[in-house]
Amino acid sequence: MGTVDLTQFHQVFYDESLEALDGMEEALLALEHGVQNPGADAPERVNAIFRAAHSIKGGAATFGFNDLAAFTHVLESLLDEIRSNRRAADEEMIELLLQAGDCMRGMLTRTRAGTPVADLTSESLRARFAAMLGNPAAAAASPQASELPVAGWRIHFRPRANLLRSGNDPLRMFRELARYGALVVKQVQVLQQPRPAFAELDPTAPMLAWELELHGDIKRRDVEGVFEWVEGDCDLAIELLHDRRAGEVPQDAAPSAAQDADKPGREAGAHTDAGSIRVGIGKVDALIDMVGELVITQSMLGNIGEHFSMDRLGRLQEGLAQLERTTRELQDSVMRIRMLPIAAVFNRFPRLVRDLEHRLGKRVRLELRGETTEVDKTVLEKIGDPLVHLVRNAIDHGLETPAARVAAGKPETGVLRLEARHEDGYVVVEVSDDGGGLRHGPIIAKAVELGLVSPGQELDDQEIAELIFQAGFSTNKEATDLSGRGVGMDVVRRNVRDLGGSVNVRSREGQGSTFTIVLPLTLAIIDGLTTAVGGERYIIPLVSIVESLQLKARSVRHVAGGGEVFHFREEWLPLVRLHEVFGCAGAETAVERGIVVVVDAGGRRVGLLVDALVGQQQVVIKSLEAHYQRIEGISGATIANDGGVALIVDVDGVVRASARRRAA
Amino acid sequence: MAKILAVDDSASMRNMVAFTLRGAGHEVREAADGRAALDAAMAERFDLVLADVNMPVMDGIVLTRELRALPSMTGVPILILTTESNIEKKMEGKTAGATGWLVKPFDPEQLLATVARVAG
Repeated sequence: MGTVDLTQFHQVFYDESLEALDGMEEALLALEHGVQNPGADAPERVNAIFRAAHSIKGGAATFGFNDLAAFTHVLESLLDEIRSNRRAADEEMIELLLQAGDCMRGMLTRTRAGTPVADLTSESLRARFAAMLGNPAAAAASPQASELPVAGWRIHFRPRANLLRSGNDPLRMFRELARYGALVVKQVQVLQQPRPAFAELDPTAPMLAWELELHGDIKRRDVEGVFEWVEGDCDLAIELLHDRRAGEVPQDAAPSAAQDADKPGREAGAHTDAGSIRVGIGKVDALIDMVGELVITQSMLGNIGEHFSMDRLGRLQEGLAQLERTTRELQDSVMRIRMLPIAAVFNRFPRLVRDLEHRLGKRVRLELRGETTEVDKTVLEKIGDPLVHLVRNAIDHGLETPAARVAAGKPETGVLRLEARHEDGYVVVEVSDDGGGLRHGPIIAKAVELGLVSPGQELDDQEIAELIFQAGFSTNKEATDLSGRGVGMDVVRRNVRDLGGSVNVRSREGQGSTFTIVLPLTLAIIDGLTTAVGGERYIIPLVSIVESLQLKARSVRHVAGGGEVFHFREEWLPLVRLHEVFGCAGAETAVERGIVVVVDAGGRRVGLLVDALVGQQQVVIKSLEAHYQRIEGISGATIANDGGVALIVDVDGVVRASARRRAA
Repeated sequence: MAKILAVDDSASMRNMVAFTLRGAGHEVREAADGRAALDAAMAERFDLVLADVNMPVMDGIVLTRELRALPSMTGVPILILTTESNIEKKMEGKTAGATGWLVKPFDPEQLLATVARVAG
């Protein structure tokens, strides 16, 4: 049947191993918590950690990732000692095990990348574990003594009561022996004397004992191997057959002895990271349901089409309505496959927070909320870094030291909350702390220094908060080892914007800050309002739209610098003429004959002037960059109902550009 | 060809085992833990059960003991999958009623050879 190509299982192995490492880390942190607050369920946690290491080891060895297997092996042995209470899981040990988890994560990454897997860290950790276990050198494989050719073996075999009950079968064992050489039954002994009547026969009780001879140049351990599973369930004696013609082998000898010669070569090159996704069965079932319905609808429509007459129009319309419904549901289900719980990202924070607490000498209680909130896989992958940055900032700059907190009349332990929730087609992720909040003095000083504001300028809380998102903005005197890498809030904001989202902060000096990230649910499909501008179609994402209205010419005012504003719900909003932004010829220039679409971009509102509204539809976003090039103010393109191309307006970009023009 | 129940909480191991066995023409049912395996064994008959030892919910040893108590499992081989660092597990498994064991790591050829020993 040929060799099985194991590379096809590698991806699953990576995925589940990374998951197992997350689980291991979680259990280690819980265990640590338990060391500090006894009474927790330690044995089950140690067991969970052991199982994680154990399953990674099993997989690594199976798939030939030897460095990883060797590392996990010593780790597992150590965990086994902890599990059986031969070694204490104190804080030092937990710290070491956490390091081991990090190290394995690195090893997995390198395994996947096909680069050398063992490194200094892994080797020194492994040596340390081995030293703790008291066997510095790995157990050497027992040397193979070269054996003289033998003539064969005499085997006395008498099953005991349990042998058959364990599912072992003497006949199968004999067949196996026969594979090594010529098997001769010398004697059979009936065990149950007198023989029981047929009705009283117990099929699970052994009836017979045997004396066998196995001829051939066969290794003793091969013979013993056949009886390996029944050791203790039988009386067994294996004697060397004294044959005068030693060395003469009757037939083909030992065809077994697993030959390692044709093991598939270690995955050479071609490491394509296809990226996989683990989907709950429920979601797949929903998909299959939907496809089933689609097939039924299709056959129904086919039937109507084949023998169509006007009296069947009603049924046709009914069928089309059903088709539309099913298609929409199918689309929803397919999109849902890409949706994963944000817990996958949140789960790394207990560890991060713990490490930061230790390093910065702060006390933090981490609260996670809404971990089951589902977000698009791409969003999930990219939201991690900005969140890590916000959490680091919150602990490094936001939360005060225990002493300072007590002095300020706060509890010694600070609270850091990570919360995710769905809100109107968006995913909202908040990072809030009850620390010192943004300190206005240093921020304004820095802003003046950078020339962002003029000295003495009056700023409200919101404007001050906005300053920290400016490039190059950091009030930190000395860079700590955490935040000192030149990555500022501007990068966080840019990363979030790349995902089509926005980030804002609310802060009260002395009481804490809340950073709010708002992200689209999915990056692939949006609900859009199609508008006409000149001969072109522009799609405005529905989620950004506040209202569409018609203005009278006199309600538009010109302001200094050439901008226009209009009155909308007690405030004056900038008017942006889309035809000017995108340079469309033949567009409506008179405000009163066009339509103004009021959009909201992260709290900033503007009115977009278009010729007319065409309709509302769900559109699949195609990257413009991939097919053409990046254009300011456009986030992508899509195929319209009539087959033409429509461009999707990047509301945030247009608002920003208009703000820049007004500022200039 | 045999009808085999493969029990392992690790999806990659289970995939490998199931894929290998199916490739050799066996019929394979998969279960991710002991509880699910027990349910499967109560619902249908198998010619062979391959069970990982270390599993959440119900480990391979308990599963073996439970399976052996089922009348439908009389004489049906149960192989436990274990690692060399767990030699005592083999004995524990045997006491629980396992037919034998397969030591991890094993490659597809070893798996098929072992399966052939009990379900050939």
